[in-house]
Amino acid sequence: MARAARYGVSAGHGAAADPASDGGTAASAGRGREEDPAAARRAVEAVWRIESSRIVGALARYTNDFALAEDVASEALAEALVAWPRDGEPRDPTAWLLATGRRRAIDAFRRRSGRDDRYAALARDLGEGDATSGAPPSGGDDADLLWDPDKIDDDRLALIFTACHPVLSKEARVALTLRVVGGLGSEEIARAFLVPTPTVQARITRAKKTLAAARVPFEVPPASDRAERLGSVLNVLYVIFTEGSTASAGEDWMRTDLADEAIRLARVLWRLVPDEPEAAGLLALMELTAARFAARTGPDGTPVLLADQDRRRWDASAVRRGRAALARAVAVGRGLGPYGLQAAIAEQHDVARSVEDTDWERIVVLYEALGRVAPSPVVELNRAVAVSMASGPSAALRLVDDLVAREVLSGTYLLPSVRGELLAQLGRADEARAELALAARLCGNARERGVLEAKAAALR
Amino acid sequence: MPKYMLIMRGTDEGQAEFEGMDFTEVIAAMGRYNESMMNAGVLAAGEGLSDASEGAVVDFSSDTPVVTDGPYGETKELFNGFWIVDVPTKDDAIEWAKRAPLSGPGTKLEVRRVNGPEDFPQDNEWIQKEQQWREQLGTE
Repeated sequence: MARAARYGVSAGHGAAADPASDGGTAASAGRGREEDPAAARRAVEAVWRIESSRIVGALARYTNDFALAEDVASEALAEALVAWPRDGEPRDPTAWLLATGRRRAIDAFRRRSGRDDRYAALARDLGEGDATSGAPPSGGDDADLLWDPDKIDDDRLALIFTACHPVLSKEARVALTLRVVGGLGSEEIARAFLVPTPTVQARITRAKKTLAAARVPFEVPPASDRAERLGSVLNVLYVIFTEGSTASAGEDWMRTDLADEAIRLARVLWRLVPDEPEAAGLLALMELTAARFAARTGPDGTPVLLADQDRRRWDASAVRRGRAALARAVAVGRGLGPYGLQAAIAEQHDVARSVEDTDWERIVVLYEALGRVAPSPVVELNRAVAVSMASGPSAALRLVDDLVAREVLSGTYLLPSVRGELLAQLGRADEARAELALAARLCGNARERGVLEAKAAALR
Repeated sequence: MPKYMLIMRGTDEGQAEFEGMDFTEVIAAMGRYNESMMNAGVLAAGEGLSDASEGAVVDFSSDTPVVTDGPYGETKELFNGFWIVDVPTKDDAIEWAKRAPLSGPGTKLEVRRVNGPEDFPQDNEWIQKEQQWREQLGTE
């Protein structure tokens, strides 16, 4: 008896999008890999990573209460962690988790019905008299009530929008998104962000209370709010990505894989909103940036500058995926937003054989466009660097001096380090040395400070 | 993120059962499965192979390779196709494998990690060439 036969869904009954009607425990469980409780536990966690968004999303729609849905989904997961290693994995794990979550929701409504008649009515309507607390889930019928294939995408999208709601703090949005959409446990999130597990748990608890207090409806936001709300979602995914991309090789895998998880979530989001150019743009930016990860550190972990990277080690398939997503963002025909433009800049680097081979004029144009849609002194400074590559240091220095005159970016090492570099290229060694020394004093990172000091010392 | 190959393996018997199914239904079931992996952001690649009887087997058991048409009489198991999924752990890959719309006696999915750059010495000239080839080929 192969596992394929036990778990296999015969052709015509579909796969994940079409659950089998039997959520009961497989009779032949307890053999092979299932004998190992640790393996069974890992299997539960894998199911959860794959299904949490659908399960929490469906339960939130069913209860119209995001906080309750997250609670009962967590309870269902906890039950699975006990029951599956003991009884074997159910034939349809998702249906089992949904049915269990639904029963816990009905229990909660019943508990509250003493305080509020509304809950009594809800428990009666939703329970339909069949849900006995503590009984093992029978699967099928329970799950069918929750399972509306036409609503899966809406549920998942509503879940993402809710977890990233602007009423929440940024840390709460990140934690909640990784928990309910990414299916990560509090402990995993804590390890990824180098904070204690209770901190993550407290953030999630507080976030749920905040959503309830603000009476945030569980829905895909109406068109009037859509742009702002989508912006918040994109920002959360980008924060997760950058957190992961600052992790160095050899660190905890949860931390290094955070960038991969962000990419996966961006793919999920883009599938749900294929006509949003910035969703495609963000995915493109992540793919095109992550494509260079393997080459960005030396064997001893020291950072390798773009100019010095071994470009053969860049991930060609990630570049291809990123370019495909970027092409789709362009094809929408509404112009590129900040993420799409940053992706387009990353693309120029990714397709170049060397620094010299890079189309710097195109990059200058892209930075100009980025400066218009998302004005920031850092973008202007980056544009100045691109101008120096395209047209030489004099033109770039005029831009940098303009930033100095406007007193933006003062106090950061970025401005004097770029200015010093340009002055050095122009042969103005004394001024360059002074600027690089200033940059070194302002730089907080010891390794980068060393580079600046060495540059200053090399000038004569 | 590690990549895993889900390798479709079957027997003549299972294959015969598969061929008895309605082709439209089979395509729909596979399509739904593939779509679920796309929606989850994990599908990296996948291919199916044409009938094994159209193929040939080159056998290296003896000093000179011996070629036979098709695998019949040579092997008990047929390699029918694969998916590559991009997932954090082997357990995730196994979970996706369980969901494949496959059935029939002897039908199996083998889950194997795909070697990545970290499995090879990066200073080896052939490994470095391979990186360039991948870029040219656009392969995973």
